[in-house]
This record gives sequence, C-alpha cells and structure tokens, in this order.
Amino acid sequence: MAKATVADLQKIAQEQSGVKSAYQKVVLVCGGTGCESSKSDLIYQNLRQGAQDAGLTNVQVIKTGCFGFCEKGPIVKVQPDESFYVEVKPEDAAEIVAEHLVKGQEVARLLYDKNKKPGTKADDIDFYKKQVRVVLRNCGIIDPENIHEYIARDGYQALAKVLFELTPEQVIEELKKSGLRGRGGAGFPTWRKWDFSKAAPGAQKYIVCNADEGDPGAYMDRSTLEGDPHSVLEAMTIAGRTIGANRGFIYIRAEYPLAIHRLEIAIKQSRELGLLGKGILGSNFDFDIELRLGAGAFVCGEETALLASIEGSRGMPKPRPPFPAVKGLWGQPTVINNVETYANIAAIILKGGEWFAGMGTATSKGTKVFALTGKVKNSGLIEVPMGTTLREIIFDIGGGISSGKKFKAAQSGGPSGGVIAEEFLDTPIDYENLAKIGSIMGSGGLIVMDEDDCMVDVAKFYLEFTVDESCGKCSPCRIGGKQILGLLEKITKGQGALEDIEKIKKIGKAMQRASLCALGGTAANPVISTLKYFEQEYLEHINAKKCRAGKCKDLLAFSIIAEKCKGCGLCLRKCPAGAISGEKLKPHVIAEKKCIKCGACLASCKFGAIVRK
Amino acid sequence: MSSELQLSKDLQDFIKTWKDKPGNLIMILHRVQQEYKYVPREVALYLSKELNVPLAKIYGVVTFYHFFKLKKPGRHNIQVCIGTACYLKGGGDLLLELENLLGVGVGGVTGDGLFSIEGVRCVGCCGLAPVAVIDGEVFGKLKKDKLPEIIAKFKDK
Repeated sequence: MAKATVADLQKIAQEQSGVKSAYQKVVLVCGGTGCESSKSDLIYQNLRQGAQDAGLTNVQVIKTGCFGFCEKGPIVKVQPDESFYVEVKPEDAAEIVAEHLVKGQEVARLLYDKNKKPGTKADDIDFYKKQVRVVLRNCGIIDPENIHEYIARDGYQALAKVLFELTPEQVIEELKKSGLRGRGGAGFPTWRKWDFSKAAPGAQKYIVCNADEGDPGAYMDRSTLEGDPHSVLEAMTIAGRTIGANRGFIYIRAEYPLAIHRLEIAIKQSRELGLLGKGILGSNFDFDIELRLGAGAFVCGEETALLASIEGSRGMPKPRPPFPAVKGLWGQPTVINNVETYANIAAIILKGGEWFAGMGTATSKGTKVFALTGKVKNSGLIEVPMGTTLREIIFDIGGGISSGKKFKAAQSGGPSGGVIAEEFLDTPIDYENLAKIGSIMGSGGLIVMDEDDCMVDVAKFYLEFTVDESCGKCSPCRIGGKQILGLLEKITKGQGALEDIEKIKKIGKAMQRASLCALGGTAANPVISTLKYFEQEYLEHINAKKCRAGKCKDLLAFSIIAEKCKGCGLCLRKCPAGAISGEKLKPHVIAEKKCIKCGACLASCKFGAIVRK
Repeated sequence: MSSELQLSKDLQDFIKTWKDKPGNLIMILHRVQQEYKYVPREVALYLSKELNVPLAKIYGVVTFYHFFKLKKPGRHNIQVCIGTACYLKGGGDLLLELENLLGVGVGGVTGDGLFSIEGVRCVGCCGLAPVAVIDGEVFGKLKKDKLPEIIAKFKDK
C-alpha cells in the first residue's frame, strides 16, 4: 500500500470495522507467551480449520495478545457472546466449533463461570472487575500482527494529532497535566525527561525504549509488546516529534523471541503504511525505529548501562549527571522510557492529561500493570488504578492464597524492592507509599508469599541475584553485596551470630549511599526490609537454629515417630538418598547423615509418622 | 570446530550488513551464537579482524552478558527458570533433580553431548511456575517426577 495520509487512516479504520461487523462471531485465542507454551497456537489452528470445515464464513478466528489470566490459560473468548473459556486444550476446539459456533450453545464445561447467566460479561468475573485497562487496552482484543486492527481502535490518531494539531510544547504540557511518571521503577515525571531533551542542544537526538525487563518475576512489558506493539511504536514516534529526534531504538531482551517477532512485524507494517520512515502521514517529519537485543544483564535496566549496551559495549553504568536527556546515546540528547510508560502516551494525547490525572492518588496518576505471581490463586497480569490496595489486588483480583495457607508478605520491585508485610495490606499503592514502607514500585513484579516461604531465604535469593548481576564497577556494590550474601549464608546454615544483623544493616547503608547506580543502591533493600518486618525469623535462625518455613535445609532434621510408623515401606522407596531403613511392618529409621532433607518421606507418609524439626 | 574456519554465507552477509553500523558487536554476537549455539574462539578471532575490534573487547562483552556462551551446550539445552516465582514454587528442586538424573551440574554437558543444564532468569511465564524450557518448548507447572519422561522424549529427538 502507498504511504497513508490521515484520511487514509480513517478509511482503514472504517473498512476494518466493516470487516468486523460482517462477522457474526469473533473467536479470540490468547497468543501470549504463557498460553502459547500451553499449545494455544494449535488451538487457534484447530479452531480456524474447524470453522472452515464447517463452512462458517461468518466467524472470524484471531490470535490476540495476553488476556492476563495466565493461571487459567490457554484462554479462548467468543464475542459477542462474552463466553470466556479457560484451560482449553487443542482437542476442545472441535467441540467449541460444533456446539458454540454452529449450534450457538456455549460449551459450559469450558466456561470459567460454569453457571454463567445470559447477559453477563467476561469482565464481570472477579479477576477483571476491579481492573482498569489503559496500557493493556488492546491486549486480548486485537490481532497484534495486523496493523489495521490497531488503527481501527484509534491507532495512530494520537500521532496524527501531534503531527498536525499540537505543538511540541502542547504535547509536553499535556503530559505534565497527566502527571505520568516513569513506569520503570523510579517514577521520574515523563514530561520533564522530554522537556530536558527537547531543550538540550544536539544535531542528532534519539528516542530509546527500555524493554529489557530483567526483573525476575515480571512480564508486564513482554505482554504489552506481544499484545499491542504499535502502541509503543506510536508513542516513540510522538516522542521523536516532540523533542526533535528522528531515530529510535527498542532495547529488548533476547529471551523474548515472540515479542521480538511481533515488533518486527509491527515495524514492517508501519513502514509499509508510511507511519515510520520519511514524511510520516504526509508531514515533513521523518522517524524510524530499530531493534537492539539485550543479552541477559540485569544492570542494563539502568539507563546509562542500557545505552552502553546499545553502543555495543559492556553494560556498565556511568555517573549521572550528565543525564541521558542531555547526553545519552553516542553523547546525544536521548529520551529513554520503558514500555509501559510509552504505552500510556497515545491514550493521554487522545483523551487528555486531565482524564489520566483523574485516576490514581495525589502523587501517582493513572494505572499500573502488575505481574501478580507466587502463592496466589489467580496468577496473571493485571492493571489497576494507582491507589488500589494490596488487599484488593491479592484477595479480590488474585483470589487469595493458592495453598490455602496464611499470607506472609508480598514482594514488589524485584531485587531492588522490599517485602510488604500483612499490616500494610490496606495501604493504597503508589510510589510514595511503597517507598515509605521500605519497598519500591519497581517495574511491576508483585510476588505473593505464604507461610512456607522463609524470609531469610528470600533475602538470600535476591542477594544471590544482585551479586551475580553486579557489573563490578563500583566497590560498594561489588564488595558490599558479596559480604551481605556471605552473612546471609551463614545465618541460613545455622552459623549466624547476633552481631551479623548489625553488620548487614551497616553494609546495606553504605551500599545505599555510595553505590554508583540504582542496582547497588537498592540491592540491600530485600534484606533491610525483611529485617525490619521479620526480624524474629532472623533471630530464630541465629538463636534457635530453626527455620519455621522449613526452607533452610541445614536447619532441618527429619525423624520417624516409632509409635506411629506402620512399617509400610513407602518412605523407604521414596527416599532418593537411601537414608531410610527398616524391616517390613516394623518402625523405620532415618539415617541423619545420609538424609538430604528433601522432604519426600514427609510428603509420602500416610500415618503422620514423620516429623520435621 | 575445525581449524579451517568457514562461516556460512548467511552469517557472512549478516556481518557485512552490520559491519559499519555503530554498536554492531552485540547484534553480530547474537547471530554467531544463533548459528553455533556458542561463540567459538575462532569466530571471535575472525570478528576481531573483520570489525577491527580488539579480541579483548569481544571477550569483555561475551563474558559480561549471561546470554553468550563460550562452551558448546548439549544438543538439547534444558533451561530451568529460577526467577522469583519459579524459585518459590520449586525451580531449585527441579534443577537438583535434573543434576541427579543427568549426572552433570548446571553449566555442564552430558558425556554423550545430548543434554546440558542451565539455570535461567525469568522467562516471563510466571503464571506457569515452575517452568523449564527445552529447545524452545515450554513446560509449565512442572513437577520433578515428570522430568524422566521429558528427558526420554528428547533423547530420541
């Protein structure tokens, strides 16, 4: 197709909605990484083939981005019937075609709500009821590999507005009104970054998107890119127009092949329509975007390290100032935002900054996407207005603790964040409140922990991560992290001393104050915050040599209560270390020296004869 | 790898396309690893000459990033996720069990060259934790007693 104009965009949108309304039913199959790994692609193929074989020309089957309800995937939704099918298997496709698409009867056994009443909407289920979708507005709705579907949902209208109706100053003013802050973690006002770069002198300016989602337990950005890649391309182009840049880079993790694939398709389709390239939409503005692959370095989430990596070097941070907004990629002014931040932009331009600022708290506006994972029933991707409480997220949306055990803590902000204890379940979540209680907003990983999780072990897990990921440039991070990790290992092995706690706090403080970048500056947060709220657990490890969660293997001992043991031999067969002996029908014993403390015997015993200390 | 270095035409073309672009090194290394599954020393030497970059810088980059490997992995590389959600749900136990079953540690390759084990950071399927990925195929909500069956399946591939 030739280069599009604004009028062409409207034409495409109209045609596309014409195409849509010609179909009686639209079948949406989740094509996010989670569902794809459970064979959703095969479900999609089977549904398409089935519909074709049944001669259903009035049914459209498309593959969308992530629906968010990953726990119940693969998900298939049929519109306009609002049928929300969960845990669908490839072989279920035939039944959906025969019963639902041909006869018009929903397949009740596959519905999430088995007692679904006519007229109820899929969004009425608990998981979706409290969610507000701005960033994920198109995820699970459009086919991300078809630019026309994006255009039909007001896609590239914001860009047209920025090109032909607004001045760069007005764009920045709108962002200022919206109160949008960086979603990568630190929460710096987006409009200020753009304003600095706009004002900074430089012949060649750059727009960079940070899609190096390295935080373990987080996949917000991946899902956004997989489900709605154009929302990021459009926003980067808007940023380019606003600050006067004509080149953009998306720095994306190599571990996200599907997101890379969809971005490549999106960039190609945008170029074909002239939405990237020279003279965009008939204006005199040129802009193009290239992908750069990350290579698995957490520190590259730090903006100066990320830029070094795009330049082809080791991703080592540099002291700031100068900030990238003034002196960034190849020394030129560079706007760098993360995926979620960009995904908000087009909506703000179209609906206005005031609309966006109408959501959230006094200091944090709009919505936030979280990857809700860990010991929660409804694990998945959610988007809620800022100011939603953790209780609403975990218990209303998440459905509570999956194991039926007691909630212990939630962890936000990944290796840079802290734990949120039960007493703060009703705190409205925003940047300031989370900082106040010793955690951070971070990029949106939210991991729920129950009684089976040891807080000392969790702190050790994160420290292992940051020690491994420290680039080694500055000594507070390089040495401090290693020292704290050593102390934590001592404690989890039952060799800790009381003064170790003081040492940890002291080193942690030094790291916070003296590290070069945020990785080192926040690396001690998981320890400091668990110490603050769960000091008792640390003391138990040190004084009583006891791990109440049963995670720290060196502190565990398994034994068999002779009176209860029937001598059935089940544990003996289950023990992978050959540590259990005993004659049939006589009480067995565990040889402590051979025991690897895996707990297989405890899980296997039907008589409650095995105890863990 | 033979001492006579012969890069595929595709790889040569790729290097040619990227040769003069600033910041090309990491993209080229990705392409090399895609072809060989690791970065062979001979190729690193070739790149050093071709791109006019010191070998030390290439090794500096390769060793800095977790993604790049200097040792050839097994025919089937088993990646066990040890991101937070998977860790809490037993990712570590999966690793231990695999080490037991295959008789090699993390980073090692079995004697027959068939399998290698790798602990990886979050693959972004936290809803399916714990997760392992073998040759791109994702195994979610994985239990350790499923592992022998999965290994057997890949052995014949």
